Amino acid sequence: MRAAPSPSLHGRFDRLLPYLQIAPLALVLFVFLLIPLALIVVVSFWDYDSFRVIPAFVTFNYTEMLGSPTIWRTMWSTVQFTLITLAITGALGFAVAYYIAFYVRSPVMKTIFFMACTIPFLTSNIIRMISWVPFLGRNGLINSMLMDIGLTAEPLDFLLYSRFAVVLVYVYLFTLFMVTPLFNAMSRIDRSIIEAAVDAGASPLQIMFRVVLPLTKTGFAIGSVFVITLVMGDFVTVRLMGGGQSASTGLLITNQISCCNILPPAPMRSCSSSW
Amino acid sequence: MIRHSPLSRALQILMGLFLLFLYGPTITILILSFQGPQGGLTFPLKDASLHWFASLFEVQRVGDFGGSLKRSLILAVLVMFVNVLIAVPAGMALRKGFRGARTLFWLTIASLIVPSILVSLGIGLLFSQTGLGTSWYTSAFGAHLTWTLPFGVLIMIGVFARLNPAYEEAAVDAGATRWQTFRHVTFPIILPNVVGVMLFGFSLSYDEMPRTVLAGGAYNTLPLEIYAMTNNVTTPVLYALGSLTTLVSFAVIATALVLMSIARRRTGGGAALSKPSEET
Repeated sequence: MRAAPSPSLHGRFDRLLPYLQIAPLALVLFVFLLIPLALIVVVSFWDYDSFRVIPAFVTFNYTEMLGSPTIWRTMWSTVQFTLITLAITGALGFAVAYYIAFYVRSPVMKTIFFMACTIPFLTSNIIRMISWVPFLGRNGLINSMLMDIGLTAEPLDFLLYSRFAVVLVYVYLFTLFMVTPLFNAMSRIDRSIIEAAVDAGASPLQIMFRVVLPLTKTGFAIGSVFVITLVMGDFVTVRLMGGGQSASTGLLITNQISCCNILPPAPMRSCSSSW
Repeated sequence: MIRHSPLSRALQILMGLFLLFLYGPTITILILSFQGPQGGLTFPLKDASLHWFASLFEVQRVGDFGGSLKRSLILAVLVMFVNVLIAVPAGMALRKGFRGARTLFWLTIASLIVPSILVSLGIGLLFSQTGLGTSWYTSAFGAHLTWTLPFGVLIMIGVFARLNPAYEEAAVDAGATRWQTFRHVTFPIILPNVVGVMLFGFSLSYDEMPRTVLAGGAYNTLPLEIYAMTNNVTTPVLYALGSLTTLVSFAVIATALVLMSIARRRTGGGAALSKPSEET
């Protein structure tokens, strides 16, 4: 049997332990997050020709970009996408979370509803996007339904490959990111507050908007951070659902990269779009 | 506790529509993947068959489906284990507190919310500029960790925040070493959540695409292969592939849920955590 370590050694190990436990996380984030992001900033000041980037300090990458009307138009379009998506996911997420938190009584049913909202998140986003094609296409379900009931004579073209399709898919993919933080915020509300409101004669609508809504501000804040960064950084949805007519900053970055082999304009643009 | 009213009725209908909105498209492509050889991308379903599933496995028809599936599965399993091995100790360290804990916490959050295309671009730059070269098992592996670790660490922070320290103190008082305390007390209590972290690690990696796109190297992972296919494949084979990958995801989720409920039953219904867990 080994002798017990001396108290001082023991104490030192105790103090060191958290650092040992956190070290792998710190290492991964340093190598795969901090250095890459720093590198993007550095390379954005480099010169380039058709084949490679050349270490230097130039600023024309920035001046070129800031003078380009395409860039400004694209950024404006991205901001519009973000605001519309934020408004819809916020309202929808609030309603869904409110229903689960306050109208579903049994904890088992609560868990089932909550999981039903979460599970799609764990399946492929691209496949989920593609699965809208049979609905939105020219001969898709929605168009044939509208024509069958006689609402429209011609198939609607704006359904697929349009800004409408992009926003629809954003809402489809990202509402969960609102539901989760809002549901958490609502679960933490003290039930006696609600009871007090009921006793004081508040109507269900008043409880929803005057009592619960102000108490879920942090939930909205967290959800908004997710939705904003997801929409701002997206390029897949815009490419697949926008049909070449919609632009976004994320798509612009990928286009810059794919038409030239990792050239500075792309890194530079990404710096300015995200900070 | 809030009485039923037109509002509750409206919310109930909205909830139903929302679930239909979430699952309708997935169910639709599941049905359409059984389209006959002459069928198109939308209804009607002509002569239901397994034609498109069969053509998935003919390499020349739809690209390298088998290879990309294999790479994605290997990568997802690797990420799953490495992710949980990093996230659990990190959660313990953050619970105890140390100098720089706040910085590391915010760095973890940053890893979650920095746009994926930037992470991908940065890692791609790093690996190409240093001459290491990008590949799915090096640079993409790291890119996936930047996406799965925040989920793992945040879940573990939540778990340890609810873990009553009395159980571990009792073990220490009874003479258990630090390792014994972890092995026989802490670990069994957190096991359901550890399985949850593994589920997230696997699923998020298996479906990851924006962070892989510039860091993936010469051989595609499955989501990249699908993304490439959307350019040039206009047959229901796409739906067959979609149905298949969705089934893989559902199988993984179901397995994890079964394992979690077994683990929970063994530790007495999670009574040691002050609140039944809701991470899943």
